[in-house]
Amino acid sequence: MSYFAFLAEHGTTLLLGTVTTIKVLICSMILYVIISMIFGLMRLSKNLIIQGIATVYIEFFRGTSLLVQLFWVYYVLPFFGLSLEAFVAGVVALGMNFGAYGAEIVRGGILAVPKGQWEAAHALNFSPAKRIKRIIIPQIFPIILPPAANLTVELLKATALVALVTVVDLTFEAKQINSITWLSAQCFGTALLIYYIIARFALVPFLRWLEVLAARKVGRGKA
Amino acid sequence: MEMGFRWDFAYEILPNMLWATLNTIIAAGVGYAIALVVGLFFLLGQRTPSKIINGINREIVEFIRSTPLLIQLFFVYFVLPQFGITLSAWLCGMITIGLHFGTYLSEVYRGALEGVSKAQWEACRALNFSTTYTYRKIVLPQAFPIAIPGMGNYLVGIFKDTPLLSTIGVAELFHAATAVGGYNYRYLEPYTMVGIIFLILSIPAAMWVRKLERTVNVAQGKIKQ
Repeated sequence: MSYFAFLAEHGTTLLLGTVTTIKVLICSMILYVIISMIFGLMRLSKNLIIQGIATVYIEFFRGTSLLVQLFWVYYVLPFFGLSLEAFVAGVVALGMNFGAYGAEIVRGGILAVPKGQWEAAHALNFSPAKRIKRIIIPQIFPIILPPAANLTVELLKATALVALVTVVDLTFEAKQINSITWLSAQCFGTALLIYYIIARFALVPFLRWLEVLAARKVGRGKA
Repeated sequence: MEMGFRWDFAYEILPNMLWATLNTIIAAGVGYAIALVVGLFFLLGQRTPSKIINGINREIVEFIRSTPLLIQLFFVYFVLPQFGITLSAWLCGMITIGLHFGTYLSEVYRGALEGVSKAQWEACRALNFSTTYTYRKIVLPQAFPIAIPGMGNYLVGIFKDTPLLSTIGVAELFHAATAVGGYNYRYLEPYTMVGIIFLILSIPAAMWVRKLERTVNVAQGKIKQ
């Protein structure tokens, strides 16, 4: 069977899987950004309990394997009476795992804002909430976006794992087609190419655009 | 089925799990050793004067880095037999992990080499040292400490990605947990134990890497003690 015949027969299935992969990617991206913001700030809290919770969370999720967490959420949580749909379980596990890595980036970003900015905001009598919201947060974006972009590409790659908890994404479809036709080179090769195209021509340009935008907002980079 | 964590069951499967942990550690170690060497080859491809080789090298690295390890595993495991090369699951897993993380390690090496200041090269040139001598006695001793934290991070990273090997049937920790769980229809204890074993092994490792990073930074005068 030629490659084009293969594409004609299984292309639609793979594309449908790709749509699910993108859905998983977008949902878990939103979740991980929120979690990293919250836990990144909590990590810097002066309250030892809040800081402790954040540290335990981050160490726990960075210390164990994503696959283990994913299976735990999908297969073990039902023991405690919490059954999640495969898609939700996948998004939750991805979001929580990457949120832990993201929190460290956010923490580093906040610490990298020059001390003078804090002092100036203090001197101008801004309230603590306003200091964070109006002075510090806008400045951390140019710092955290480059490492966050790397993390997001890692997230795209990690979405492949949700296939193992029966989410019908690109990887799942490729595996499925492989088990029916045994055209391994074609189906896994195509899947690899699709992931590469998503990363190289959609995700990375989008993240670069965000970086430029963030740099421009704080008056760095070209207008 | 009995609800809640059953300690007797956990105790019963503990020896089984610990043996599988040994396999996980071996897999991570071998995969890492391969990745260290593969990284050197990618570094070589990056630093050769030929523009064409540089370009090809960069595309290969980009491709491997932006596609999932899981599918790469499937690809190697299922496609090589079609070309008449039948490798065991172990070998496939080790090769794929080696290739995948080799691309990351080549970046670590590159960063470390670029971290050595240009003046060092110029001084060597002025002293008429040969390129080999410059690398061996001047550049590499300075680049190596810079590379250590990155290399340590990827050791921990590989360790945490070894559960993926279970998908092609390598009998490591996660594979053992799935097997035990399937046999007894109880996943709570096996998967929880896998998580705990990972924590026990990877948190000290990550702490050790962080300490190394600090030591290196102090030695280079980047931060004060």
